[in-house]
Amino acid sequence: MMGSSAMVGMVLFPWMGFLINGLGYWFFQSSSHQKKWSSAVAGSIGTLCMLFSCVLAWNFFFQFLGLPAEARVLEYAGFSWISLGKLQVDLGLRLDSLSSLFVCVITLVGSLIHLYSIGYMKEDPTPGKFFAYLNLFCFFMLILVLGDSFPVVFLGWEGVGLCSYLLIGYWYQDQAKAQAGKKAFLVNRIGDFGFLLGVFLVFTTFGTLAFEPLKHAVLNAVGVERSIQWICGLLFVGCMGKSAQIPLYIWLPDAMAGPTPVSALIHAATMVTSGIYLVTRLNFLFTLAPWVLHTMAWVGAFTAFFAASIALCQRDIKKVLAYSTVSQLGYMFLGCGVGAFGAGVFHVITHAFFKALLFLGAGSVIHGMHEEQDLFKMGGLRKEMPHTFLMVALGWLAICGIPPFSGFFSKDEILGHAFHGSWGLWALGVITAAMTAFYMTRFFYLAFLGRSRHASVHVHESGWNMLMPLQVLGFFSVFAGFLGIPHASWLEHWLEPILGLSIHEPNGMEWPLMFISVLAAVLGMTWSFSKYRRFDPCEAQAFPRLAHFLEHQGYVNEGLHTLFVVALQRVSFFAWSVLDIKWIDGFVLGVSSLATQLGGLFRLLQTGVVQHYLLMVLMGLLMSTGYWMYVQG
Amino acid sequence: MFKVSPSLLTLTIFFPLFWGSLSLWLPNKWRASFFCTFAFLGSLITCILSLFLYQGFSGETGAFEWVHSRLWLRDFGIYYEVGVDGMSLWLILLTTFFVPFAILCSLPSVQKQVKSYYFLLLALETGMLGAFASLDLFLFYIFWEAMLIPMYFLIGIWGGKERIYASMKFFLYTLVGSLLMLSAIFYLGYEQVVQAGYHSMKFSDLLQLKLEGGYFFLNPQNLLFLGFALAFAIKVPLFPFHTWLPDAHVQAPTAGSVILASILLKMGGYGFLRFAFPLFPQAVMYFQPLFMGLGAFAIVYGAWIALAQTDMKKLVAYSSVSHMGYVILGLFSLNESGMMGAYYQMLNHGLTAGALFLMVGMLYERSHTREIAAFGGLARVMPWFCVFFFLVTLSAVALPGTSSFIGEFLILLGAWQTAPFWSALGASGVIFGAVYMLTFFEKVALGPDGKQKGMGDLSLREIGLLVPLVVAIFSMGFCPNFFFSKMKSSFGRTQQIFQKHF
Repeated sequence: MMGSSAMVGMVLFPWMGFLINGLGYWFFQSSSHQKKWSSAVAGSIGTLCMLFSCVLAWNFFFQFLGLPAEARVLEYAGFSWISLGKLQVDLGLRLDSLSSLFVCVITLVGSLIHLYSIGYMKEDPTPGKFFAYLNLFCFFMLILVLGDSFPVVFLGWEGVGLCSYLLIGYWYQDQAKAQAGKKAFLVNRIGDFGFLLGVFLVFTTFGTLAFEPLKHAVLNAVGVERSIQWICGLLFVGCMGKSAQIPLYIWLPDAMAGPTPVSALIHAATMVTSGIYLVTRLNFLFTLAPWVLHTMAWVGAFTAFFAASIALCQRDIKKVLAYSTVSQLGYMFLGCGVGAFGAGVFHVITHAFFKALLFLGAGSVIHGMHEEQDLFKMGGLRKEMPHTFLMVALGWLAICGIPPFSGFFSKDEILGHAFHGSWGLWALGVITAAMTAFYMTRFFYLAFLGRSRHASVHVHESGWNMLMPLQVLGFFSVFAGFLGIPHASWLEHWLEPILGLSIHEPNGMEWPLMFISVLAAVLGMTWSFSKYRRFDPCEAQAFPRLAHFLEHQGYVNEGLHTLFVVALQRVSFFAWSVLDIKWIDGFVLGVSSLATQLGGLFRLLQTGVVQHYLLMVLMGLLMSTGYWMYVQG
Repeated sequence: MFKVSPSLLTLTIFFPLFWGSLSLWLPNKWRASFFCTFAFLGSLITCILSLFLYQGFSGETGAFEWVHSRLWLRDFGIYYEVGVDGMSLWLILLTTFFVPFAILCSLPSVQKQVKSYYFLLLALETGMLGAFASLDLFLFYIFWEAMLIPMYFLIGIWGGKERIYASMKFFLYTLVGSLLMLSAIFYLGYEQVVQAGYHSMKFSDLLQLKLEGGYFFLNPQNLLFLGFALAFAIKVPLFPFHTWLPDAHVQAPTAGSVILASILLKMGGYGFLRFAFPLFPQAVMYFQPLFMGLGAFAIVYGAWIALAQTDMKKLVAYSSVSHMGYVILGLFSLNESGMMGAYYQMLNHGLTAGALFLMVGMLYERSHTREIAAFGGLARVMPWFCVFFFLVTLSAVALPGTSSFIGEFLILLGAWQTAPFWSALGASGVIFGAVYMLTFFEKVALGPDGKQKGMGDLSLREIGLLVPLVVAIFSMGFCPNFFFSKMKSSFGRTQQIFQKHF
């Protein structure tokens, strides 16, 4: 039995990768601009570190499998981070059935993407830096899912945000990319604001910040319903930021400025799902806050729908996938919102595989077409990139929800639960499913099928180290769904220590619901096929105004820019030039000039003529004598 | 083991002044680097002396240690009494830690009247150490004013274009506050004679005074508190008494800015904690909502204005207004978490703002401009510089793992327990703080390069200046308990005073 030290090792391997790559980069490269710390060296180190971590993670997982449910916990007490009276925060880690799932996915997808990046970043001038950041990200991500208290989770939470910032703006010389990184960080900060306040409220309500004691405190507490509502609401704001829900989703499409492996790892498979992780981790709180759950379900459903509608008209291959990610995250929140936390986690897992696959496939295409990202300039890549084509096809079928691919099971599970929550949520979900099938088929068709629209570009298929991760991910995209077969869900059983027993009452609606969602997917795909079979980029759209609106991402960015960014600039300029300089400093200077003028007034008395002074002395004498006589008399 | 004499504290306080006056005997024509090295050596010795102070400090009871007491002016009961407790210890160490940096960073930029420049820096150190250690209110006032004079000359002689205006503003602003404090101190001395029957300005004696009576607002506690509070609020600087700060910072030489930001501003927060809180607890509780509100507003206000700045030094100056707003918010939440967080934030702001001013100075020495718009893409031209710049930026936006996170987290947590609304307003500073700081970083370090030609990366001296600061920032972020352990009991004493009144 591996102990807690092995768990610490699992966390520290990526950290070591960060240190080695960071130092290697510093010593061999940053001083001179010659390339010495190559992608092969840096990438191998980074991949190996992740692989060690991955082996340990899966080892723990299999170990847990052999244990009874209540024994599947591994704790590392760590050391005291902040110790101040009642506030006791330890840097402790805790591996249980929920976090072990996340850890397995993170390390597996992480290793694959590291391997993939060796090929993808071959031409990059600073691969050492890239792999150092990527390793650092995995380190913080592990801290996030393993942390046993709010502050430790927040350490990971902010750490992954930091790495996301660094990697989105990785090509920082492009101002737009640097700004995209900043935008991601700042929008996430809005979420963090809610997160922090939620944490404060947890502490004042329950007197602890660690999850396990909190669980007991919640069970024993009385009269805290209102506080719990507020706590969950505030924490959900944090999750909305990290997991890109309306209205805080705006950073995620811009985050595509980063290298594609980064988009696959951070902005699809792992970091953006941490909101769902947190909600699931705190399910004992959220179930006591029905209003928040209700809001969460609707926010999720609406985000899923809205993002899918924007994805319908995107030309940039990565933007399609980005909005698709936002939409899928909406599904996960929809699941959690109707109380099906297990279904949410299930979709996190399957989504991690098929979306990472799709992103890496897109990366392979972008790489093969020499940094071309416009879908309208692709087409017919099936012939030039047969392996990529095949793997992306698997991912495409998975996300569309075609049985028996993984996406079908998890999406169906969510929709089934949504139906029991409210039929409106379910209907929105099914419409979104049809739209998903539509835009993903459009994506697939425009890139790989049809005739070629890139006569001048020489396209090449990617090397083995980029295709191998695709194949592994393809395998999981096909088979991961069997973790959660309806009525015999292994996953739900596995998560029982966290989520409690799930009660299933078959009511005969499962099969019709399943049929409807598959039908929706097939309809979406067919319509998309028929529309793009004779695709001509120059041809006018069917609904030009709507298409224009959607192509510009609903003008949300422009609107928010005027509403917040420009407003903030105005406010700050006003505060400075009027409040600070004119009023406050003006008042201060006014006081000082008043003193000067008073001095000028008194100067009139100082004539320097002795007679005047004598006169004043005489008058003073007379007046004091008069006063004295008055008092005496 | 090394046996230290009981007056080690006095030695530490006056050693810089003594060392500095030694240099006055040396001929003027000697090279600038010699005077710099000489002063650096002196400040290093002071730093080592203060480490002995630390070593002999137990901090278990919260009482004053290293107390050195001599009657100074018998007729007025004025003592030379100095001592160290958990509140002053870390600020004394921060001072002795930072002055060497201030001296070393002046090497390239200070060319005229070098001798007196370094003498003034060392004299300033004595003033600051004395103010942190004083246990007699009159003595405190003397040191308080004694800091003012060297700073006035540092800005007025070695400053920028509008140095005369800035130094006058700095001087008068601070003087107005401290004169009110002086009259409040005199009133306390008068009350001492009336109540106890003998003269004394000792802090421990004045603590025994009963200040009661008066009408609801116009009672002696409130008025005396306001007298002290104005002096401290100007020093902090608390909105709306902050307008001297941007001018002083922009015009001061780098070392002046560094010391101003990292140590002098702390004097205000320290004054509240040490004197205003224990002396006037009822008044503090009376004014608690006002000050928490001002602190929370200052956080947001400072961040907004920092966003509008085009001059780097002004930006960092306004960011100080914002960060020191946290200190006031935390102090006036009057609970352990808030007050210790505020204290931690003072130490942390010292490191962060000090490092930022150092780096702005490094850029200025290379390009002779502080306009943000004149820079861009430095990450490519000066990669080492930008690594440090980024790490310090992380601390300025309070990322977990840096010292600011501990400070701000504790402050907001403490404030939340007293006044959730002000805490929430202050917490919005995590957004606005990130806005101006990341925008600043982006404009300077990212984007296409080529705006500035011939910018060399950091020299070994400059790396040596920044490495200890960054190390300190991160170790303070992960090991706050090390600092808390020596502070706890002293803060416990202050907190007990308020618990009695609740």
